Amino acid sequence: MDLNYSDEDLAFRSEVRAFLAAQLPPDLQHKVRSHLRLSKEDSVRWHKILAAQGWVAPGWPVEFGGPGWTPTQRHVFEEECARAGTPQIMPFGVNMVAPVIMAFGSPEQKAYYLPRILSCEDWWCQGYSEPGAGSDLASLKTTAVRGTDSEGEHYIVNGQKTWTTLAQHADMIFCLVRTDTGVRKQEGISFLLIDMHSPGITVRPIIMLDEDHEVNEVFFDNVRVPIANLVGQENRGWTYAKYLLGHERTGIAAVGRSKRELAFLKGLARRESKNGKPLIADPLFAAKLANLEIELMALEMTVLRVLSKADKAPGPEASVLKVRGTEIQQMLTELMVEAVGPMALPFDPAYLEGANEHSVFDDDDAAPLASYYFNYRKTSIYGGSNEIQRNIITQMILGL
Amino acid sequence: MDFNFNPEQTQFADALKRWIARDYSFEARRAIVHSEAGVSSAAWATLAELGMTALPVPEAQGGFSGSAVDMLVVMQELGRGLVVEPYFATVLGAEFLRLGGKHAGLLEQVASGELTLACALGERQSRHDMFDITTRAMPDGDGYLLNGAKKVVLHGAQAGMLVVSARISGEQRGEDGISLFVVPLDAVGLRSVDYRTLDGLRAADIVFDNVRVDAGAVIGTPGAGWPILDAGLDYGAGLLCAEAVGAMEAIFDATLDYLKTRQQFGAPIGKFQALQHRMADMYIHLEQARSMALLAAVRLGSSDAAERRRAVSAAKYRINQAARFIGQQAVQLHGGMGVTDELPAAHYFKRLASIELTLGDADHHLARFIAQPGFTDETEGAAA
Repeated sequence: MDLNYSDEDLAFRSEVRAFLAAQLPPDLQHKVRSHLRLSKEDSVRWHKILAAQGWVAPGWPVEFGGPGWTPTQRHVFEEECARAGTPQIMPFGVNMVAPVIMAFGSPEQKAYYLPRILSCEDWWCQGYSEPGAGSDLASLKTTAVRGTDSEGEHYIVNGQKTWTTLAQHADMIFCLVRTDTGVRKQEGISFLLIDMHSPGITVRPIIMLDEDHEVNEVFFDNVRVPIANLVGQENRGWTYAKYLLGHERTGIAAVGRSKRELAFLKGLARRESKNGKPLIADPLFAAKLANLEIELMALEMTVLRVLSKADKAPGPEASVLKVRGTEIQQMLTELMVEAVGPMALPFDPAYLEGANEHSVFDDDDAAPLASYYFNYRKTSIYGGSNEIQRNIITQMILGL
Repeated sequence: MDFNFNPEQTQFADALKRWIARDYSFEARRAIVHSEAGVSSAAWATLAELGMTALPVPEAQGGFSGSAVDMLVVMQELGRGLVVEPYFATVLGAEFLRLGGKHAGLLEQVASGELTLACALGERQSRHDMFDITTRAMPDGDGYLLNGAKKVVLHGAQAGMLVVSARISGEQRGEDGISLFVVPLDAVGLRSVDYRTLDGLRAADIVFDNVRVDAGAVIGTPGAGWPILDAGLDYGAGLLCAEAVGAMEAIFDATLDYLKTRQQFGAPIGKFQALQHRMADMYIHLEQARSMALLAAVRLGSSDAAERRRAVSAAKYRINQAARFIGQQAVQLHGGMGVTDELPAAHYFKRLASIELTLGDADHHLARFIAQPGFTDETEGAAA
């Protein structure tokens, strides 16, 4: 039992920290730390800075352009990025479709798509959920029918995807589609890579409760997809999707980011006053804050314990991390709103989108907090709702 | 970073598991609980034989200089086995002696298993504040006269010697002026009333009526006992965290087993989602509790007292919460059987409830966590 990082890991941490200090653009850092909304350009800029350093895809094998880090180094890197306040690398390309292409894609798909993901030439989005297929994802209905025309073999795709994050920016979408309706629902699904610029695709914004355009509906009307864009075998898509779900592991807990946000929250609580004293000295607020901090300490240890077993296949332990990690993130946003009190009420979308001037007098750091709180209700719903995670725990860990 | 237990630790755990499976069944335990003595001298002899009494004692006194992590392994097994012997009380007493740096002879006797200890610290008004002491130690020649009363001294009447906190000077709730004394249970003027606690252990109320001890009875420096008391109490809280994790694992396993076997509506009740999600929440509590028990054990070895306090209070707070949730829900999921005396579930529940009330409840440790440097003031603690 030894909870200390090795000298090598400490040296690595210093290297990452020095890189971030030198390379993270202050305007991006400010937006992230202040909970302002990031544009596509913001995300792409940071992606390209990391790509130039060879660090944009920490989990990739060296042969595909990964840095060859150990699980601990990856954890340290994530932690340092979170601490500094970097934009997040969009997971859809690097962390979601790429591992599936590496594991099940053709040599041509690997050679074509992986470098474009690394360089951010393609912005990817995820085509899983449908209006009738949320937690029950396998009941999806979007169809892909095989055919041949003058340009060769292809699928014709019809149907609708929903909750498609940042599809408005996307060049590519990876989709689960139904290719066989005559079998058990999990057995008739295929995994397709579809060009978002294809004729017949329509993207319609869904405006969320914070009035942000983060997700979309994507409609497919007789969209022609070349057969070369099928990943792996037809009707094996469910297996690939499950592989993808298991691929995201300890990062799901977002401990590093929550630690940064806890420090931010404490800053607010020291600045705000109650009964003529700093809010943090109020026993009721302090109790909630301390409870949250302790839960985060425990989660960090739990993440490190899971990480220490990382040589084993990604396990259902990730469900514990998802549930607690998102609950902690949500508690942080709740307490931020409580901390600033009525100053959370002014709502100024232009400021959140990056306008320099806040339309009300000062309190810039309070302005985004209500929006942040509302936005983060999504965390216990997406990526397999926390109720689905509890199902996974009961089935995969407890054997019920 | 390494989260594995070393081979010696695994051996200790295995040896305890084998002993408990062979000699300390639920029925055997029940007989001990209801016996006149309330503890088993045979069990104690075995614990000594297995090296458990020597483990926490320094090598210089015939022990193994076991670390807090070594002790975590042992306490988890004792928690899982629901062992009622005076091990915790003795180990905590030995820690005070070790911190005091004297009393090598007594530590040797602890290591060999000849001597059991108990810690007479809490008083009627103390609640969880162990600096709240009215028991007085008046100078008397080259020694002291002790006067006062201690409440709910765990295994107080089963011990050979007591570690007693008393005030040489200072206010009732002051940290200055506290001394710890080691006092034989058969000292003149000492009276004890022995009783059973709600979880089947033994405790005693102890009255000191002009009990005379000589200067050699002082643990550490006279009047400067608080740092020793504070550090020892953290060590004890860490032990209880580990024991609670073992008990929670056992009650969790028993509940899972029950869900798989108990049939209602033509199916094992574990098929029902309301119960499944409760069980998943219990699992999450258990994982977080395991993490915090480890963190406390590792930080107990820290030379930074504030860091030690912070980690131990965080752990005891979190584990108290987990103990309450898992204990209550385990009883609930056992249905009517959960509220009977017949199944182990209720007995684990009661042990967990006792641990919650021993060496600081959740509120106590949350307040202590908040009071540590780095929480309220600007200097960020380790969590930043």
